[in-house]
Amino acid sequence: MELRIDKVRKEFDRFPALHETSLDIRSGELIALLGPSGSGKTTLLRLIAGLEQPTDGAIFFGDEDASHRSVQDRNVGFVFQHYALFRHMTVLDNIAFGLNVRPAAIRPPKREIERRVLELLDLVQLPGLEKRYPNQLSGGQRQRVALARALAIEPRVLLLDEPFGALDAQVRKGLRKWLREIHDQTGHTTVFVTHDQEEALELADRVVVMSQGRIEQVGTADDIYDRPTSPFVFSFIGESNALPIRIETGQAWLADRPLGIDVSGEADGPATLYFRPQDIEILTDPPGGGLAGPVAAQRRVAGTRHLELEIGGDRTRVEIEVPADYPIGETGRVAFKPKRWRLYRNDGASGN
Amino acid sequence: MALSATASGWRFKQPSVIPGFGLTLGFTLTYLTLIVLIPLAGLGVRSAALGWSGIWTIATDPRVVQALRVSFSTSLIAALINAVFGVIVAWVLVRYRFPGRRILDAIVDLPFALPTAVAGIALTALYAPNGWIGQYLAPYGIRLAYTPTGIVIALIFIGLPFMVRTVQPVMEEISREVEEAAATLGANRFQTISRIILPGLAPAILTGFALAFGRAVGEYGSVIFIAGNIPYVSEIAPLLIVIRLEEYNYAGATTIALIMLIFSFAVLLAINLIQAWSRRRFGYGN
Repeated sequence: MELRIDKVRKEFDRFPALHETSLDIRSGELIALLGPSGSGKTTLLRLIAGLEQPTDGAIFFGDEDASHRSVQDRNVGFVFQHYALFRHMTVLDNIAFGLNVRPAAIRPPKREIERRVLELLDLVQLPGLEKRYPNQLSGGQRQRVALARALAIEPRVLLLDEPFGALDAQVRKGLRKWLREIHDQTGHTTVFVTHDQEEALELADRVVVMSQGRIEQVGTADDIYDRPTSPFVFSFIGESNALPIRIETGQAWLADRPLGIDVSGEADGPATLYFRPQDIEILTDPPGGGLAGPVAAQRRVAGTRHLELEIGGDRTRVEIEVPADYPIGETGRVAFKPKRWRLYRNDGASGN
Repeated sequence: MALSATASGWRFKQPSVIPGFGLTLGFTLTYLTLIVLIPLAGLGVRSAALGWSGIWTIATDPRVVQALRVSFSTSLIAALINAVFGVIVAWVLVRYRFPGRRILDAIVDLPFALPTAVAGIALTALYAPNGWIGQYLAPYGIRLAYTPTGIVIALIFIGLPFMVRTVQPVMEEISREVEEAAATLGANRFQTISRIILPGLAPAILTGFALAFGRAVGEYGSVIFIAGNIPYVSEIAPLLIVIRLEEYNYAGATTIALIMLIFSFAVLLAINLIQAWSRRRFGYGN
């Protein structure tokens, strides 16, 4: 099922939770809504589900305008962060619930319902647990049951709200892989919300990065990481440094030092230089270009060493990554220049 | 203490981060004994003076049987009515925000605080054939005061806060998500309430029911004003006990009390067992 979000806006008591937003989701796609809390990602998901009504705009399921359909009629599978299982029901009854509440005319016979539940339990790898109650299951198992329950109604789209948020890291990793497998097996159009960038980048076909009620960028993991279109995306995804610089006479300057990077074609004026700690080149013969400063702190991170340098007159701190055995000279100064970087003008325009 | 820390098996003293078990259990037992058990045992001792045949004669006395029947049936009806309307009151207080909600919330507690005799007199004034409400019903031949219906009204009044106050906190804990989950699965409002919310509240409703019922069985002050106290019709067992006491028939009074005690205990125990079962099964309260 294709999904089209057309100029949707949502306000809660005049407070805009989601500014005008449009987004196309392709059929069978696995999409992540990624952003910090308050970015509007959950609101967008709930709007798609029909748990919230848009203040403005429309949501299309395929060619059909679903905006005015109730939650019950939209036929969406929704998985909540805290499972929201019915704890007075067995696993079997939980999963069968969506089928059991159907009007008699379209309700499958009892046998058929049970058969489907057992099939779904196999799919989510919990065979034999149908007689258990939710409080007899672990967190990971509960979330699997919740997913099976959502899948039981043969939803047109599958929506997951921070599905792994309440689980510990180990379980989360396992379930992530498993969700991808389930998605590839069932082919549901799936949208999930997360604030965990690793989860979003690893799991999703495309990632929608959101901030303050707006979509910042939509793209594949490569797009988002290598070609971030806004300073927010650059700094939100992965680690990054931001340096206020100035473009003059075809050169980039930090105060009176040329950076030695190629900024040909850039207009003169102030800008902010973004680069990642690992995308740098250490300069061994420092005179002239490059950035240099004393090492203010260092951390050993797995196979590499992270150095914090104080750069320039106002001692802006930047972080760079060097080999673990990198010798810091007697002066304690390190000089480098960014290999890959992006320039963002203060009005938001970007260049490379 | 002679018990060694290395001794295996059950030990009276378990090392614990929550100390004071011995002290508090001792206090609890002493307290319960002085306040509850000794007085109740006194009942048994007093009645035992009559012997089995004596007890049996009193227990099968038609007036006693009828009084007990009135007491338990009106209490049951009142508790059932409270189970329905108490849940609705709790629902309104928990779910909606409206001006005056706090005041309404406080009013629910009034039956706790009001002297029961005051409540009885007030209710009688309202529902008596010449009362505010009673005068409109009297022409249709509907009599509320001085009948078992009047008793039920008084008992509803007395029991309401028990119901509301036990259901309210549990209702507050029902997460919106569970209801939303039901909605996304296609359940309409009625199905969500009957299949999800009410079963979830069942243990709390049972507790409230037990408390309201227990309170109603023992209620005296408010009932005697509105009941009319006609023997065989609207005479409750607690009143009969008082009547026996006034006749200096202590053994008779304690025997009726003993019978009430046994019935009440049986009912409450049954309700408690049902609750323990549902808690074990569904994991409520953990």
